[in-house]
Amino acid sequence: MSEPVIKLRGIRNAFGPQVVHDGLDLDVGRGEVLGVVGGSGTGKSVLLRTIVGLNRPKAGEIEVLGVPVLTASEEALTRVQRAWGVMFQDGALFSALTVRENVEVPLKSVPGISDGLRRELADLKIAMSGLPGFAGDKYPSELSGGMRKRAGLARALALDPEILFLDEPTAGLDPIGAAEFDNLISELRETLNLTVFLVTHDLDTLHTCCTAIAALAEKRVLAKGTMAEMGRIDHPWMQEYFHGPRARAAVETNPGAAPDKGNRTPIDLPQSMGN
Amino acid sequence: MGGFLPSNAASFCKIEEIYRAMLGPLWVAAPQAAPDAVAKRVFRALGKGASLIAQSRCIRGDDVSDQSAPGLALPHSSVDNMLDISAWDEGLVLRGSARLADCARLERALADLTANETHRLDLAGVTRLETAPAYLIARQRARIAAGGGRLELSGAGPEITRMIERVTPDNTGKDIAEAPRPPLAWLEDIGRAVAGSGRDMAELLGYLGLFLTRLTQSLLRPSEFRLTALVYHCHQVGLKAAPIVALMAFLIGIVLAFQGSSQLRQFGAEVFVVDLIAISILRELGILLTAIIVAGRTASAFTAAIGSMKMREEVDAMQTLGIDPAAALFVPRILALIITLPILGLVANLAGLFGGGLMSWIELGISPQMFLTRLLEGTDISHAMVGLVKAPVFALIIGLIGCRAGMAVKGNAESLGQNTSSAVVAAIFAVIVTDAIFSIFFAQIGI
Repeated sequence: MSEPVIKLRGIRNAFGPQVVHDGLDLDVGRGEVLGVVGGSGTGKSVLLRTIVGLNRPKAGEIEVLGVPVLTASEEALTRVQRAWGVMFQDGALFSALTVRENVEVPLKSVPGISDGLRRELADLKIAMSGLPGFAGDKYPSELSGGMRKRAGLARALALDPEILFLDEPTAGLDPIGAAEFDNLISELRETLNLTVFLVTHDLDTLHTCCTAIAALAEKRVLAKGTMAEMGRIDHPWMQEYFHGPRARAAVETNPGAAPDKGNRTPIDLPQSMGN
Repeated sequence: MGGFLPSNAASFCKIEEIYRAMLGPLWVAAPQAAPDAVAKRVFRALGKGASLIAQSRCIRGDDVSDQSAPGLALPHSSVDNMLDISAWDEGLVLRGSARLADCARLERALADLTANETHRLDLAGVTRLETAPAYLIARQRARIAAGGGRLELSGAGPEITRMIERVTPDNTGKDIAEAPRPPLAWLEDIGRAVAGSGRDMAELLGYLGLFLTRLTQSLLRPSEFRLTALVYHCHQVGLKAAPIVALMAFLIGIVLAFQGSSQLRQFGAEVFVVDLIAISILRELGILLTAIIVAGRTASAFTAAIGSMKMREEVDAMQTLGIDPAAALFVPRILALIITLPILGLVANLAGLFGGGLMSWIELGISPQMFLTRLLEGTDISHAMVGLVKAPVFALIIGLIGCRAGMAVKGNAESLGQNTSSAVVAAIFAVIVTDAIFSIFFAQIGI
């Protein structure tokens, strides 16, 4: 792994008495596509929100592209924010703006771009995210859920981010749409040289897109590794998750990345990832 | 394509000529012995119009091997963070990292390339190419091709080539032209506005009919009547509005007494201030100001509540479940308003009279006893009735406008805000217009 673009150390998140993360460490390397998995309520989305600054952790350090975002100056923070794109679960598009205007919003922060060029660039991003040409003039409420997700992706890609955060990119999509989205992410990653941090429940996405998987359980990152390594970890939830019927189905369609069922090893990864 | 540059300093003076003759990126033969100074001199001698490849080949004797030249790293890294655009006879040379922020400069430079000639764009020195500059290059290539010329890209690595191919528009010249606005567009706007307000009125009548139908239906089948909802809304629009309504009327009473007394004192007719307060508050101000406050407070609340339900498809869900939105949402709300607005009007009347009486006592020395006597003698009960009879009508208007605006909300937040504010304005306006009609009506029938 080259130098990590996202570095989390000792993150603690709590809402009232409920502790979601405690002493969570995680590194994401450049060019990695990290899939974050975990049961409901293990704080996958909270983790994403914490990294992008929507949720301030009770304790811990976050470094993105070498900038400690919790203590950074506003200027440095803006620079980092320009270098990441976030796609929310339902797109989180501005409902009063058309899709094209939505994509133009981040572009407006760049000086010296003429209105015509900005429009063309927005159209380019809309096309890159796999939306048909007419979608640019539509309002978010006139689009289907899958199209809204793509429009959200187009907006996240507007500034050519180095890191892309995706929250449940394929949730609520039909299998064909989900597979298309998976391919889109892989393709964009290759052309745009992205690092992707994606929260997902979709085992197919994990198989086809992700170069690494981080499993959240017991308030921390239980393990990080490839799909095959995940299957070997001796933890009841992990076994259930990576060897359940759905996981088997996903493996059958993507035989290359089968989780290894044999010779279970006790969990040793978190310790090796510590400070 | 390209050429090798010997490292002996003597030939540096000819570099530019050599470079031009070769028409391509320059492979610098920089032996490991070549110090930084040599590399710097190469750059200085080249000036603009050439690009050096960082990954240059080192030659040792006849052996050519791929090796990075350490001496060249220094000048190269200095351009790493900014895009250097230099023009020469054949076209452009880009060096450094091309980012979104460089687009304005790049667009200008590319626009200088005439469309009917062959140009060369040297990308060998580009370390990073974002989509926006790549798009500019692809677009210009397409434009020049359309004009009969050619834009050749040279020296681009596989990543950069792939990026440019990825952003090349499928169909060139698909400029989306905006529909021109026809002349006399303002006339059309006025026409549309008038027709729109006519449609709104018709729609409002439709809602009135719908409300009355659903109300009758629910009264005929009392088991289906939503009593809990009705009580809840009575609490929301009635009880919770009582303090502000009472305070407002109390202050109005004070103002009337104060202003009235200073005017009437000039004629020695101070005692008529009681009639002034009583008639103006009971007939007009009490109920009108209450209706205006309720219009602001409740019409907006109705619109926001129903509108956000509409936005989140809750209204659609109701329909599919066989629940009629009009019966479930409109009837309890509007009925609650019809029940509570007269009560609020009465509260306002009492508070107004109390405020007026208090001020008369302080300012004019009219004792409460005297105020009461004068009030009962000089003011007929019909004044209070004239005021209160308007209350249910105002309530109906406010409720209908609020509910209709809520149903007009579309799927976005902006439309929720617009409809809420227009509901308030329309409700207040309608209340005042209706009040004027009532005044004329009562004057005609002589009450």
